[in-house]
Amino acid sequence: MIDSKIPEGPLAEKWNNYKAKAKLVNPANRKKLNIIVVGTGLAGASCAASLAEQGYNIKSFCFQDSPRRAHSVAAQGGVNAAKNYKNDGDSTFRMFYDTIKGGDFRSREANVYRLAECSAHLIDHAVAQGVPFAREYAGYLNNRSFGGVQVSRTFYARGQTGQQLLLGAYQALLRQVSLGKVAMHTRHEMLELVVIDGKAKGIIARNLETGELERHVADAVVLASGGYGKVYYLSTLAMGCNSSAIWRAHKKGAYMAGVSWIQFHPTSLPQHGENQSKLTLMSESLRNDGRIWVPKTAKDDRNPNTIPEEERDYYLERKYPSFGNLAPRDISSRAAKEQIDAGHGVGPMKNAIYLDFSDAIKTQGKDKIEAKYSNLFAMYEKITGINAYKEPMLISPSAHFTMGGLWVDYELMSTIPGLFALGEANFADHGANRLGANSLLQACVDGYFIAPYTIPNYLAGELNTPKSDINHPAFDEAETSVKAQLDKFLNSKGTLSTDYFHKKIGRLLYEKCGLSRSKEKLEDALNEIKLLKDSFEKDLLITGDDTINSELEKAGRIADYIELAELMCHDALQREESCGAHFREEYQTPDGEAVRNDKDFCYVSAWEWKGKQHVPELHKEPLVFESVQLAVRSYK
Amino acid sequence: MKLYLKIWRQLNTASKGEMVDYEIDNVSEHMSFLEMLDLLNESLIQKKERVIEFDHDCREGICGQCGVMIDGRAHGPLKNTTTCQLHMRSFKDGDTIYIEPFRAKAFPVLRDLKINRSAFDSIIEAGGFIGASTGQAPEANSIPISYETAEASFDAAACIGCGACVATCKNASAALFVGAKITHLALLPQGKIEASKRVLTMVSQMDAEGFGNCSDTRACEIECPQGISILSIAKMNSEYAKAIIFRK
Repeated sequence: MIDSKIPEGPLAEKWNNYKAKAKLVNPANRKKLNIIVVGTGLAGASCAASLAEQGYNIKSFCFQDSPRRAHSVAAQGGVNAAKNYKNDGDSTFRMFYDTIKGGDFRSREANVYRLAECSAHLIDHAVAQGVPFAREYAGYLNNRSFGGVQVSRTFYARGQTGQQLLLGAYQALLRQVSLGKVAMHTRHEMLELVVIDGKAKGIIARNLETGELERHVADAVVLASGGYGKVYYLSTLAMGCNSSAIWRAHKKGAYMAGVSWIQFHPTSLPQHGENQSKLTLMSESLRNDGRIWVPKTAKDDRNPNTIPEEERDYYLERKYPSFGNLAPRDISSRAAKEQIDAGHGVGPMKNAIYLDFSDAIKTQGKDKIEAKYSNLFAMYEKITGINAYKEPMLISPSAHFTMGGLWVDYELMSTIPGLFALGEANFADHGANRLGANSLLQACVDGYFIAPYTIPNYLAGELNTPKSDINHPAFDEAETSVKAQLDKFLNSKGTLSTDYFHKKIGRLLYEKCGLSRSKEKLEDALNEIKLLKDSFEKDLLITGDDTINSELEKAGRIADYIELAELMCHDALQREESCGAHFREEYQTPDGEAVRNDKDFCYVSAWEWKGKQHVPELHKEPLVFESVQLAVRSYK
Repeated sequence: MKLYLKIWRQLNTASKGEMVDYEIDNVSEHMSFLEMLDLLNESLIQKKERVIEFDHDCREGICGQCGVMIDGRAHGPLKNTTTCQLHMRSFKDGDTIYIEPFRAKAFPVLRDLKINRSAFDSIIEAGGFIGASTGQAPEANSIPISYETAEASFDAAACIGCGACVATCKNASAALFVGAKITHLALLPQGKIEASKRVLTMVSQMDAEGFGNCSDTRACEIECPQGISILSIAKMNSEYAKAIIFRK
């Protein structure tokens, strides 16, 4: 049985109880302890900086050329915090409740409450760092409401909140680099986890500039390597986002949880052609003023401005009157897919819906809309060549955030002692759906406020254990297996590029394990993945050598994606219910709403790797709700 | 459309590079510039040749990792645009396009179009932060900041660190990058306290990294994808002068 280590006491006291009892490490001893942090996004940079401030020695790794490039930088909309500055009824409990409900009752109460509780401190800390959040004229912080909630609790820095929070964390990290407490390793990719006597003790990293394999030893390893939505190839994620760090840890014994729970973001730009490499996200904040509609008549290809009001279907407002255009992401994305599948899709590929600002411009004036969203409108025009002040934007859902990831307990520790997973790399907090503006929050809170208590609690027990070193046979073995894989890729003389396989697995997942799933589709997908695996073994072609070689880097990531995709399908197939982002076609009401099954599926699925030739083993972590009543999630 | 490309190929930092000719067909006007390079790389793989290395990641104009000189202009012909947000509709059938890495002594070429911009990180390390440690911050609303100040600070904070300002400057000066960070932090009450120390250490590090001086040609402002104003350079100079005058 897996132990989630939820502290005792009433919900609101659990985190305080934990902190009061967590073990401390004497300041003189902290400098004897080394921690590896993989990833420099909001979770990784904040964790590395905070632990370095306490006096631990940190080695920080990222595959980009600078820690400032981590994909947290691209988040646009904002970050939630229960500050109740607007006096509109917000509170820690309300934020907790919204988040639990938003996640379709598939997340842990204690984790979610802690997220809401720490949110207020995050705003304080970011402001102290110099994050230029939006302000009211009186000088106080401004905020707005965001998809899925009815109070204004989202703090923002124009449409670049992720960038500003990341720069805050990056600057804090580089401050520790200058103090000698963090050794920064840019252009390094973690390719293997080293486990010694059952505990995480190091990594094998490849220096992407020289091709050299390096051994790094530590007393604890933190993976803050982000999400794996790029497994779908077309997604809102950066090209380099990948699953390799967590996947390789999974193959070394760490469980993966909620793997098939992938959020499809409702407001991304639609695909426009075959050679496209990514789908650009438009901030969800646009839904505050934009109205979503499609023509009532299928295949209506008139210019949207000429379609009269009565021939438009504002389907979100119609189906979900109390939330309307602000319905949560999974609901909005699925509703869009329904319209597109029914032939109401618009745009050149008939794969989009309209996001229309004409009413908002009429009532508020163009200036007001410009002040709120001008950078987004400019970005839209740059990419599509269309002026959205004059005609509606074309948008569509696309693969975005992965709620799944490494299984972690309340301390954010995986099933391998000493291996922690933070931010999007873990499965925690969001359940089966993530509400907007909670991802930056979770990443920051994990790194700034949780790991700095829980990692020392673990390390306190490590002080008297013998130090590991890089000559241990476990390092030899790990390095040999990495080397063997790289050699295999370099000697692979097929005819197909890495991108071919990436696009193939992506398309397969979109069709069979995407916005909606069924037993039949998932079983098909599992068969097709087997064939793709065989083809990848024989047909891959890698040119170049073992120095700077982006094709070689991609090959490892795609090998991992193919295995991960298989687990995603197993996970989706096993969960015979619809919940959050996981919509199983067999489990829906007559009018197409998701039917959750609390009697049989109120648990977290944590999967254990059993080897290449074996099906993974399922472990169940029951979800116990003491403070909320499980309710049907209705946004009508 | 069909395009003729002249692309800089260089094996490593120590070796000499050269322009190499390529032809590419079936380029759609909706492709981004980087997707066009993807297509070219796919054709090189089919010919069993090594791909052209270039830096990129988010492909939505915010990570700051992409950036090449296109026909002699940083990030290409459009104003305030990163290379990943430049689309092929800016070119026409039959065009010849020159593609080179950002060039500056402080940005050595690693391979082909990939460069090493770690000098920017070293400058931030020298003082581009507010010395706030985690966990003890006061209530965020306890220090009001006027709307205008927050907006002006944001304007400067929006720098993505791509290096176009350096690449386009005839002196390879990093003044816009450094000025932006100085301005972002010096405008805020939280950042004012360390402002003098910060400007002295950052400017001194900028010189140590081998960037040239600013001679006020404003080329940087024109090529900056975020439209950062050279007023931030003026702000840096004024902070610097203040720091020198009042330095004990």
